[in-house]
Amino acid sequence: MNLSIFLEQVPDGDGPWWHMLASGLGWTLSTAFFAWIMAFTLGSVIGVVRTTEHRMLVRFGNAYVELFRNIPLIVQFFLWYFVVPGLIPAVKAWVITLDPTIHQFVTSIVCLGFFTSSRIAEQVRSGIQSLPRGQRYAAYALGMTQIQAYRYVLLPMAYRIIIPPLTSEVMNLIKNTAVAYSIGLVELFFRTREMGEMTFRYYEAFTAATVIYVVIAMTANRIMALIERRLAVPGYIVGGK
Amino acid sequence: MDDLDFDVIVRTWPYLLNGLRYTLQLTLAAALGGTFFGTLLAMARLSSFKPLALVAAGYVNLMRSIPLLLVIFWFYFLMPVIIQSITGAARPVQIGADRSAYITFIMFEAAFFCEIMRAGIQSISKGQVNAAHALGLNYRQTMQLVVLPQAFRNMLPILMTQVIVLFQDVSLVSLLNVTDFVGASVKIAQRDSRVVEMYLFVAVVYFTICFTLSILVKRLQKRIAIIR
Repeated sequence: MNLSIFLEQVPDGDGPWWHMLASGLGWTLSTAFFAWIMAFTLGSVIGVVRTTEHRMLVRFGNAYVELFRNIPLIVQFFLWYFVVPGLIPAVKAWVITLDPTIHQFVTSIVCLGFFTSSRIAEQVRSGIQSLPRGQRYAAYALGMTQIQAYRYVLLPMAYRIIIPPLTSEVMNLIKNTAVAYSIGLVELFFRTREMGEMTFRYYEAFTAATVIYVVIAMTANRIMALIERRLAVPGYIVGGK
Repeated sequence: MDDLDFDVIVRTWPYLLNGLRYTLQLTLAAALGGTFFGTLLAMARLSSFKPLALVAAGYVNLMRSIPLLLVIFWFYFLMPVIIQSITGAARPVQIGADRSAYITFIMFEAAFFCEIMRAGIQSISKGQVNAAHALGLNYRQTMQLVVLPQAFRNMLPILMTQVIVLFQDVSLVSLLNVTDFVGASVKIAQRDSRVVEMYLFVAVVYFTICFTLSILVKRLQKRIAIIR
């Protein structure tokens, strides 16, 4: 193991190898960040819809979750990257005007966003359903509308209950960005492989990536634990896992 | 839309079927091997011998915090060197990505099955373990005859769900140029420029298999639930 490789210059590139890995890390984190916003919003809506009394909406929500849960992530990447533009001419016309990197970036966000949203929807649904039925009735008895009941009573409780499973989803999402390598997004795993292939220093490159992913996982875990403690409802949820 | 040619699937079906067979074999091997090593790991994590518990916990946490893709490539690079050191060969032994994937998935899934089995073992009440000891059973007998059969039964639906996830995860080996189901379809899609048809077909096949399996798991869950 020779760490000086990280300081060596990238052939026909700018900067040393650690710089390449850092830029890969940047793409990984920004993809995960935007995908998380999309997944959290979409997942919350679908999750809420599945707990309402509208039969059609519930069925739609269930179908949505099953669709994204039963197709491998890499195949979903191929669907968004190759099949969607291939089937819809308007998308194709838009996509070819984009810079390839931006195209990969947007595709990755959309793909991971939908994929993760189905998992979040499942968590939000189980969080809402774990609440005693009386809470919903109490909200209605107070004269709240259905939207108000969700906004002020059900969701604030449900979100707090599902923070631990959401923590694992955050970490899964960050790990899943590595699959974007399959469509050529220059994220951390892509850069790691590239470094291994160009320098033949596979051990150094992969060790660095492993350390980075472990540090990210631990940091994400700590941050979510902090959020969990901050938001804990006194006397209702015992802190920690 | 008009120039789609789904006939390509019929023409290349034997090749695709071969890929699907590899995917199924790898899933089955990883499920069985992963359950076996996962159970051992779970027992190690719950061991009262602290160093053993720490090593097991470290392994499981490491595997769970790095992307599967990274694990696949790690094992692919390391396996020749490890086999060399075991057999004492003169140079690293190349075993090929398709074979190293078996070891990768068994070792990777072991970490996930470990967590499931650990929850399963912990779900067995302490009284049963004490009762087994009172009957004069040793640790091995207690585990084998009392705890593990029940833990396994309780966790069966979750284990099966994990197998469905595993079945989907196997598709990542296609990035090492292995001809699993996805790998086969990628190769044909590129050779015949039938990207749209191939990937749609692959998605439909995966969906059908996984959806059917998940319905079966739900049924199983209802049937084996123990009424307490």
